[in-house]
Amino acid sequence: MADAIGSSPHGAPVNRTDQVMQQVILALVPGTVAMVWYFGWGVLINMALASAFAVAAEAAVMKLRGRPIKSALGDCSALVTALLFAIAVPPTLPWWLNLLGILFAILVVKQLYGGLGYNPFNPAMAGYVFLLVSYPLAMTTWLPPDVPELLEARGLVTLSFMDSLRLIFTGALPLGQAWDAVSSATPLDEMRTQLAQNQMISEIRESPLWGDYGGRGWEWVGNWFLVGGLYLLWRRVITWHIPASMLLGLLLSSGFFWLLDALAYPFPAFHMFSGGAILGAFFIATDPVSACTTKRGQLIYGASIGVLVFVIRTWGGYPDAVAFSVLLMNIAAPTIDYYTQPRVFGHGRSSG
Amino acid sequence: MPATLAIPLLQHIGMPARPLVAAGERVLAGQLIAEARGYVSASAHASSSGTVVAIEERPIPHPSGLSAPCIVIETDGADAWAELPEPLADYKSRDPAEIHERIRWAGIVGLGGAAFPTSVKLNPGSQQLIQTLIVNGAECEPYITCDDRLMREHADRILRGVRIIRHLLGAEEVLIGIEDNKPEAIASMQEAVAESGTGHATRVVSLPTLYPSGGEKQLIKLLTGKEVPSNGFPAQIGILCQNVATAAAVADAVLEGRPLTSRYVTLSGRGFAEPRNLEVRIGTLASDLITRMGGIQREIRKLVLGGPMMGFALASPEVPITKAANCLLALTPEESPDPGPALACIRCGKCAEVCPVNLLPQQLYWHARSKDLDKVQDYNLFDCIECGCCAYVCPSHIPLVQYYRYAKTESWARENDRRTAEHARARHEARDARLERLELERQAKLRRKKEALDQKPDIGKTAESAAAGSAAADAKKAIIEAARQRAAAKKKALAEQGMGPRNTRDLSPAQQRLVDVVDARRGAAQRRELEIEDRDP
Repeated sequence: MADAIGSSPHGAPVNRTDQVMQQVILALVPGTVAMVWYFGWGVLINMALASAFAVAAEAAVMKLRGRPIKSALGDCSALVTALLFAIAVPPTLPWWLNLLGILFAILVVKQLYGGLGYNPFNPAMAGYVFLLVSYPLAMTTWLPPDVPELLEARGLVTLSFMDSLRLIFTGALPLGQAWDAVSSATPLDEMRTQLAQNQMISEIRESPLWGDYGGRGWEWVGNWFLVGGLYLLWRRVITWHIPASMLLGLLLSSGFFWLLDALAYPFPAFHMFSGGAILGAFFIATDPVSACTTKRGQLIYGASIGVLVFVIRTWGGYPDAVAFSVLLMNIAAPTIDYYTQPRVFGHGRSSG
Repeated sequence: MPATLAIPLLQHIGMPARPLVAAGERVLAGQLIAEARGYVSASAHASSSGTVVAIEERPIPHPSGLSAPCIVIETDGADAWAELPEPLADYKSRDPAEIHERIRWAGIVGLGGAAFPTSVKLNPGSQQLIQTLIVNGAECEPYITCDDRLMREHADRILRGVRIIRHLLGAEEVLIGIEDNKPEAIASMQEAVAESGTGHATRVVSLPTLYPSGGEKQLIKLLTGKEVPSNGFPAQIGILCQNVATAAAVADAVLEGRPLTSRYVTLSGRGFAEPRNLEVRIGTLASDLITRMGGIQREIRKLVLGGPMMGFALASPEVPITKAANCLLALTPEESPDPGPALACIRCGKCAEVCPVNLLPQQLYWHARSKDLDKVQDYNLFDCIECGCCAYVCPSHIPLVQYYRYAKTESWARENDRRTAEHARARHEARDARLERLELERQAKLRRKKEALDQKPDIGKTAESAAAGSAAADAKKAIIEAARQRAAAKKKALAEQGMGPRNTRDLSPAQQRLVDVVDARRGAAQRRELEIEDRDP
């Protein structure tokens, strides 16, 4: 009975922040494995680098602020930021850009605002956008998915672990390979470029780059992130509101234009399974710190992101738009929350 | 039989009772030893025979471990009973006032834990027509099973009390709400209802077991679908709620003339060898109860009075069991681990998902933390019932309820300061006005005297013009004074319309009544002061 005085409730707490974060990390596993399968070791190397940078940056700031380092690192939030960032960037990203993005995410976007819980923007997405705006070429240089037909067509070999490591740290390609041949645009980028050249969707999709819905390989990455997202729903780490409304917003807006002109606008499933839509819906837009917290607010927030993703992808300057849309809605979240407060028991509606 | 009983004078909401015995006096079980003082108050009875050894400050069950006046009785072991008043078995043909008086005499308070005097609650005023009487058989919190036990063993007693209450209120229907994890209690109550032949108006309703269904407003919503207005009370929507144990106590008082001297208490937690429900004499020390349970068997981290969600940790076991005490928990470190330092809120919203009142607990937390009392009230702080669900699910282990209690207490203190300041200002203004009036009267008197003197020798032009000048000055003063009075009247009218801050609007009925009592007293005192001031030249 040493420290007896404490406020109610007295029972054992049922949730823990670090466990919430660990669940998110666990849910990223299937999608990550799929990414490594299609895009090589670079993905894993990026993840390891980003994690190390993020943890070091977080620890340094905590030390500077005179706060306990262990509990800050123990909540695993820096790790989640690092992993989401590493998943979003190309697997060929030079190590120093990785460092730059992470420093921006952890130092500026997260800690300068007060640390976990206080950041108005999603740190991983802000770091990603920071790099995308500053280093557009490096940030859009993806590898083609590791599908035999695609590689053979270009006479490429799969990058080994050492190849990836060398590429990331020195920028050197394996012997006999040239950047132009190695790199490949993302399906969204490809679709965008082709549409800009007035190609019709039916012609564009004849290329071996395309799978059933989105790009070859890419759509499977999306599928596996979907599995992870459903796991988060099942474990009640997230609720359905944001992912469902975001995907619905994207589907409805893209579906509307597709019905208007199916040759100029890709069909809705293409939007769903390309780029960061699935990852964004389940893992990024649901970041509780920067999202809406009221249920009605979450529906508005999610749907707005979905529509914005379509708008920016279709008429904006960048091929993918999840990061921009999430950041835009992040800043609107407090206002949405304010206007969507639930009716408190015994208020409003005449009782009886 | 405990050797010592400490019976606090304040075991209820309202004014403390006034002791009727003195140290050294011999008392019998059931003897009235402290009478209700004021309307919202409850009397107390000796729960066994013995000698009053002291009326003194003793530690009472309180979150801060405070002491308060108690009547301390050394028991003689005989448990001899005092002569009890006659049973009122024919209560239906008697004056309701007599029944009310009996319930008041018996010192019955809400035994679910609120401890609001039952005689007051059963008298909602002639304006409030009660259609539905709700009998609360949903246990307030996990662990607690004392009502379950009572319903299983004393269903008929409860129902007799329910009939008396229903008769007093003239309620058309009675709903007995019991959570579905108590099938025996449901069966027992249903059987008793069938036997009593009141099945046409009385229904036993099985409720899903989901904390906090036992909360009054939550139970009403579950049973009738009606919501008690935010700053109102159930009687406003024609509903009155009584706990099963309270109903049984009413039956004892009316049908047997027995006052409230004991209650069922749940003793649980892994610190005890075997959890039990015991009938405990009011005033028994928790430490005696622990001894009766065979002592604490394992290392415990907390001794909690009340349930795990809303109860409070006892600073010492040397506190008496009061009428409101429904549960004593000896919690081991596994049951009640140290949550560790609170982490940052990640705004996950789990708190909002579980809030039974639909509040946004994290917004309340932010504003309470930044001591923004206006903002925190905008987010309906005073609708919070402190059920603890938000803190229970919080992954960052933030003691949310503590923040809300802090904000509520601060708001009350601020409101109190504001009223004191307002009162002081009113007094100051009254004083200024009085001094000015006296000064004007004095000047007028002097002038009249002077005029009387001036008129005697000659009526010169100079005197006339002087008089005109002073008349003009008087008129000006009169205008100023009239304006001042208009302003004061306007201010007073605004205050009467309740244009004050919102924190007085969101009081619970019990608090409202307390405030009313205090206001009345203050008003009387103020009037007396003003009278004194008026007499004072």
